[in-house]
This record gives sequence, C-alpha cells and structure tokens, in this order.
Amino acid sequence: MDGRGRRPRGHWWLPLAVLILIGAFVLGASIGPAGRITGANWHLIWTVRMPRVVLAALVGAMLSVAGASYQGAFGNPLADPYLLGVAAGSGLGATIVFVVGRASTSGWLIDPLPLASFVGGLVAVFITYLIGSAFGPTRSSLTLVLAGVAITSLASAIQTFVLYRNSEVIREVYSWILGRLSTASWRDVRLVTPYIVASCIVLLLHRRHLDILRVGDEEAASLGMRVGRVRLIVVVAATLGTAAAVSVSGLIGFVGIVVPHAVRMMAGASYRRLLPLTILFGAAFLILTDIPGRVLTHGSETPIGVVTAFFGAPFFIVVLMRRRLGNEASQ
Amino acid sequence: MSSLTMSGVSVSYGRREVVHDFTCTVGPGEWVCLIGPNGAGKSSILRAIAGLAKHTGEIGVEGSPLRLRTSRRQAQLIAYVRQSPTLPSDMSAFDYVLLGRNPYVSYFGAETANDRDLVGRVLERLDMATFADRLLGTLSGGEQQRLVIARALAQEAPILLLDEPTSALDIGHQQQALELVDSLRREHGLTVVSAMHDLTLAGLYADRLALLHEGHLVVAGTAAQVLRAETLAEFYGVSVTVHNQDDGTVVVVPRRTASS
Repeated sequence: MDGRGRRPRGHWWLPLAVLILIGAFVLGASIGPAGRITGANWHLIWTVRMPRVVLAALVGAMLSVAGASYQGAFGNPLADPYLLGVAAGSGLGATIVFVVGRASTSGWLIDPLPLASFVGGLVAVFITYLIGSAFGPTRSSLTLVLAGVAITSLASAIQTFVLYRNSEVIREVYSWILGRLSTASWRDVRLVTPYIVASCIVLLLHRRHLDILRVGDEEAASLGMRVGRVRLIVVVAATLGTAAAVSVSGLIGFVGIVVPHAVRMMAGASYRRLLPLTILFGAAFLILTDIPGRVLTHGSETPIGVVTAFFGAPFFIVVLMRRRLGNEASQ
Repeated sequence: MSSLTMSGVSVSYGRREVVHDFTCTVGPGEWVCLIGPNGAGKSSILRAIAGLAKHTGEIGVEGSPLRLRTSRRQAQLIAYVRQSPTLPSDMSAFDYVLLGRNPYVSYFGAETANDRDLVGRVLERLDMATFADRLLGTLSGGEQQRLVIARALAQEAPILLLDEPTSALDIGHQQQALELVDSLRREHGLTVVSAMHDLTLAGLYADRLALLHEGHLVVAGTAAQVLRAETLAEFYGVSVTVHNQDDGTVVVVPRRTASS
C-alpha cells in the first residue's frame, strides 16, 4: 500500500489559520476609539493602532509557540511561559533595567531590556527545571508546575523588594507588568521582531524532534536523538523569544496554554502541525483579545493580561479536568 | 546479520554497581535470552547495549566498538524495545512507527517518501495496515505491543533488544508476540537479545539462555542446560519441577511449598 496516501488529514487547517489571522488583522485595524479607517485619521491609525495590532500578533504568536515548545521539551502539557516562571524571571530582569534607569540606556546600540529579560527568564526556567527534576520524575506535570509557581513567587518577591526600594519607578513597572500593548510603537515592533522571528524559526526546525520526545527521553535516545542537546536548544530558543515578547508587552498569561491546547483539540497533537498552527492562531488570538480592552472601558484601558486571564483561567481548568478524566480512562 | 559481543561490561547507577564484568557473545541471527530474579541486572545489560546506561567494558557489533559510533549510527544498528514503552495516546499508529525512521533522517531533515513507504510495508507485514490512522490510545494491549515491535522493525537495525516484551500480555498475546519476533528474526536475520521472566517461554524461543544473579552471569547455555531444578532453586529461591519433554521443550512448573 502507498504510504504517501496516509498523510494525516487536515491539510486545510493551515489555509484556514492564515484566513483567520488575516481576518483578525482587518478587525484589529478597524476597531478602536478613533473609529473606522478614513483618510483623515489614517496617520493616527498608522502610528497608534497598527503597531499595536502587529505587536499583539508577534507577542501572541511567540507566547503560543513557546508554550507548545515548552510542553514538548518538558513532556508536560501544563508547561507555559507563565507557569514555568519564565515570564516572572523576565519581568524581574526588565524591572532591574527600569530601576537602573531606562533613560540612561537610550543611547545604547542594543536595547538592554530584551537581553535583561532573556537572562532573567533563562535563569528562572533552568532553576524551575532543576527543582522539578530533582524532586520527582521529570515527566511529572505537578512537580514542574509547582517548582514554576515557587520560582514565580520568588522572582515576584525580589521584584517587589526592588520596587519597594525604588518607588519612583513603580508606576512605570506596573503598567508594564499588566501588559502595555496600549503604548506600542513601531519602535517596539522593530525591537522584538528579530528575536521573535529567530526564535520561531529555530522552534519550527525542531518540530520533528518534539514529536520524537513524546515517547520519552530514554526511547528518544534509543532512536538516535541527542535528547539533552535538543531540549537545551528548544528551551533557550523559546525563552529568548518569550523574553523579547515580555520585554515589550509585559506579562500576558495563559496564551501559551490556551492556544496550543485549543489547536491540539482541533488539529491533533503532532508538533509538525501544532507549531505552525499555534504561531498563526496565537497571533490571531492576541489581536482579538486585545480588542475588548480598547473599547470596553472608556477613558482607561483594560490591560490585555486581564483579558487573557479572564478567558485563559477557565480554559486551564478545563484542560486540567480533561487530563484527569483521560488518565482515569486509561487505567 | 550482525554479531554482538560484550566483554567485561559493568554497569553502575551512582556508586552501586548492578552488573559485574558481563561477557557474552551473541552470534549473527541468534536469540539469547537473559533470565534471572528481579534486580539481577537483565534490564541494565540491555540498557547498556542500547547506549542508555553508563558502563565500562566493551560492547561491539561485528567486532567494532559501539561507543566509537554516533548515536544515530548506533540506532541504525540496535533497536531497543523498553519494558513499558511510552505510547502517547493521541499519536497515530503510523506516526508512531515512523519514529523508527529517525536514525536515517538528518537533523533538520524530514522523512522521505521511502521512509513512509517502508512504514506502510512494515504495518502491512504485521497485519496492521488498517490501524495506520488509529490513535494509540484506542488500541488494545496486544495491538500496542505489535506496534512497538513495528517501530523497532522500521528502524531496520540488525540487532533487536527486547526488555520483557510480553509481561503485560495474556498468554495468547504473549505467544503471538513471541511468534512474531521469531518469524521476523528468521525473515530478516535479526540478532535478538531479550530479558524475560517466564522461563518456559524463554526456553521455548531463545537459542541460548543466560542466567544472571545479583549482576553476575551464573550460567549460559541451552534451555536444558540452564533450566535445572537445583539451579533455579539456588538462584531464584524457588521450588520447581522441570519437565524435559521429548520435543526438547523444557517446562518449568512452580511447586507449592506451603505446608497444608
């Protein structure tokens, strides 16, 4: 029989995802306090609304694909930039840059903000992973997530302490923590695009490896894969992109859980399809979830992190319940 | 067909050495079965051959040491079936068997049409062509076991390592799985090393048995040589009756020891 005829069903998911993303772009560009696009407000739309839509797309794509990649690299369906402590670590790194003085670094060739959050995020994810695998089997979802919670708390505590000692930057940092897509500019887009594009390319190149990792470290190794090296590359790439995203958008939770799991439910669990689809759907998801924040409350905006948590937390609970039911069914 | 040689192989986990100075040669196309009580070191030897356990001593295929080869090349030579393989419930049977082609795919490459055709043929050989699109979670234990063997077969390695391949199966499926391995071994000239608990089945299918006790090789030879009541009593601490049947089959039957 011809094996080629067996290519998994669902080739139409990719074009569908592209269409949804285009739709989200159009919707995102045409809704906002300044009203529909007209010749008169074009300049406003271009300098205020468009960078915000593009940045939301970049950040949404990055957080989603990072979530899917962490889930694959750690063999843990609950892994997410937020839960692993990456976001909090990146936040701490960024806070330190704010405290040291954002103004004094403006002349630098490379903006230290993404780099500082990268270092913070990387340190956090490695500590989480070390604790998670030291106190239980690596594949235990619970240990890893609990370690992530602990690291998140620790990073937040240090951040609070630092802010307490430097109260003049509190307002700046908090508006940043809650997601500041609202003040997005083309400068932010230029700042993060190289990191996010590089990260996405590296992750996409490893989607076959993530499929192999689904059978566990030992069997992956017996199939000729250098497990430690692949995991390191994937985690570093995902963390680099996440840190860059977090450094301009603040901490936006649950995107890395909601989007990959929704795509899994629709299009299957193979990472070959999952990674490209999470990039597209993640971009569309964040553009769309950013819209209510712009129009719901007049005058002051609802931070996007609040909107994603509002949708994401219930979804996370659904994932947990499905997993428990699934485990019971398989025993 | 490839021979497998182990000379002076010792395996340690941390400071504890679990296999001491194991030496054994498995001829091309031969089936050697490791037996012994729990903790005797059977799995550790298989894991060492598969390159998964740190060891000293030399393991060689066709006389050339394995450790000099890349991990991909090792996987082209040795297929390893773990005691309780991980079967992602939402992975399709076809994709699962396709994983066996990894040693032939370059780092950034993808499986070719040839790889997919080969997987199709392997599934067909194991009468599982209709299962290709099924998800692993929907398959029975026996079907899953056949798929695991299919994945190892897709690896096209001349040496097949089986760690307790039948422990989770009922007696019918045990026989089916072992018959399958045996016929594949004859078709493809596979060299097989397995670890098994069921002594009668081990003696029935393997050419030679190697009895291990606390990491030491105690005795190796044919079923009739190894499966002797006094030997088993000494190393398993059990009381058994051994029946040597006319066709050469050795049947090991436990005896009740509790006083009635």
